[in-house]
Amino acid sequence: MLGQTIQLAFAAIFRNTMRSFLTVLGIVIGVAAVIAMVTVGQGSSAQVTADVEKLGTNVLMVMPGANDRGPGSDVTAQPFTLGDAETIAEELSFVAAAAPTASRSLTVVYGNTNHRTTVTGTDNSYLTGAEWPVVMGREFSTAEISGGKTVCVIGETIRQTFFGNTSPLGETLRLKNVTCEVIGVLEVKGASSFGTDQDDLILMPIKAFHRRVAGNSDVSMIYVAVKDGTIIDKAMRDIEVLMRDVRRISDGEVDDFSVMSMEQIAGILTGITNVLTGLLSAVAAVSLLVGGIGIMNIMLVSVTERTREIGIRLAVGAQASQVLMQFLVEAVVLSLLGGIIGIVLGLILAAVASNLMSIGFAPDPLVILMAFVFSAVVGVIFGYFPARSAARLDPIQALRHE
Amino acid sequence: MKGASATPLLELRAITKIYGHGDAEVRALRGVDLSIFSGEFVAIMGPSGSGKSTAMNVLGCLDTPTDGQFLFNGVEVGTLNQDQRALLRRHYLGFVFQGYNLLARTTALENVELPLIYKGLSRDERFVLASQALAKVGLAERAHHDPSELSGGQQQRVAIARALASKPQVILADEPTGNLDSKRSREIMELLTELNRDEGLTIVMVTHEDDMAAYADRVIWFVDGAVEYDGSHAGLKQAKRGI
Repeated sequence: MLGQTIQLAFAAIFRNTMRSFLTVLGIVIGVAAVIAMVTVGQGSSAQVTADVEKLGTNVLMVMPGANDRGPGSDVTAQPFTLGDAETIAEELSFVAAAAPTASRSLTVVYGNTNHRTTVTGTDNSYLTGAEWPVVMGREFSTAEISGGKTVCVIGETIRQTFFGNTSPLGETLRLKNVTCEVIGVLEVKGASSFGTDQDDLILMPIKAFHRRVAGNSDVSMIYVAVKDGTIIDKAMRDIEVLMRDVRRISDGEVDDFSVMSMEQIAGILTGITNVLTGLLSAVAAVSLLVGGIGIMNIMLVSVTERTREIGIRLAVGAQASQVLMQFLVEAVVLSLLGGIIGIVLGLILAAVASNLMSIGFAPDPLVILMAFVFSAVVGVIFGYFPARSAARLDPIQALRHE
Repeated sequence: MKGASATPLLELRAITKIYGHGDAEVRALRGVDLSIFSGEFVAIMGPSGSGKSTAMNVLGCLDTPTDGQFLFNGVEVGTLNQDQRALLRRHYLGFVFQGYNLLARTTALENVELPLIYKGLSRDERFVLASQALAKVGLAERAHHDPSELSGGQQQRVAIARALASKPQVILADEPTGNLDSKRSREIMELLTELNRDEGLTIVMVTHEDDMAAYADRVIWFVDGAVEYDGSHAGLKQAKRGI
């Protein structure tokens, strides 16, 4: 009997194709929006993780400020010094390199061209730790590092912006009041997961940065690269213990610095992506609700419009429960059709968007299943009320209805 | 009267039907006694508001009497609930209405199949029975036409085929010729007479047209919710003259 009821429902739906289509439009848009949001969101989460892994899972970051406030939020925390980075490199056997860094955003001038970029003071261990080779020219020499000479290693974006097809080596950039000779160009890294250009940077020896750019000797972050096979958690604890000692933090006091692994950073970034995805999906879900109300509205109109049909069905021997089932199944079939169209549409949208944002296209079968089930539930909930009013009709009144 | 000695197929005993309450109370039927036997062709007549439609609704199990007994084949059915009455309609009754009441945008064949769906017949069984019924009313070639492509007379014949398809014991026809011109009306009445004569189908028809009532074996005349006359069509004229 259910099979026949479903047949009847399909017959009724295709008897008025245009109206059926308009009825399910709300569901189609709602489901498509949710599917597209979630799929794109998950794609970018996966991309963040992949990007961070590309940076090297063996890299830890040590920065001033407590962990629970997020990186750099505790401005009163005492900054690190060059000595701290040296201590880490010397005291801990698992450390491959410890690079002190300090950064500023500055406008760089070459000839007639201006460009705002990040200038970072550091040393060669930064390049080692990030596994980021110089592809043109050379790294800093020992003399340049210890003497604080104003020489620069530039990212690919800087090279393109200022030099185009000519060689940048030996040219002089002006940053603030400092002139700086270009000695090397870094390998292309591309955009990060959030679209920031990782090649848009200038490196200089940290002593030169301190003296000529910053005017102080603060180290805002120490990149620590650990040797292969090191247990990250233990390395993080060891660095913490060492730094507490160096910074003279007594037992019972909380750290005024934090040690983070790339995994944790990936976690934070993924968390942000997930919150955004969740918010957008919630907005999309509201449109699903509106779609459901649309179905109820049309089904109610349909009951009034089809009063005579219901009367005929009752007269030829349909029971109230059968009329109820017919209208309910019709609503469910309608919203399921809408759901299926919405899923397909949403996946297409997500595929196009993923392609444009150059992130992975990662459809989630669970989300698709949920969208399917949800549209069935919408059909049952919003179809029940109209179906019940159809089933309650008096056959005599229904037959007289004009 | 045919089969007078047997149990009546439809029997009303002291049926009353009251609509509304208090001042708005309408007594549509005031103690109607009526027996209709299997194989009869009965016309129910009377002025508007005489209770003939109410009587028809009670006979068709579409409505329940306020008081009195309604026996179908000797079984009390006046007190059945809504779903039980639906089953009775499904298996024993066929309806023909003044306005045809066919489903729009649905072919003649599908319309005729409708009661068979509720009988739970398979697609093949439905097709066979519905086709037979359409052939019986002379519309086999129109099986795949929508009602909008059929004339009024053809639509009413589809409606008759729909009533026939489930092989009912009684056909209840409410003003079946009300929307038709006299030529089509005669065709419909001849079809009903044929079904009554050849198939032994019991037919109860409400009409206000004397010409149509003339086709019936027996005429029941309602006035003010009671049976005023019950007999042959010929006798009705004399009785009315007397009234």
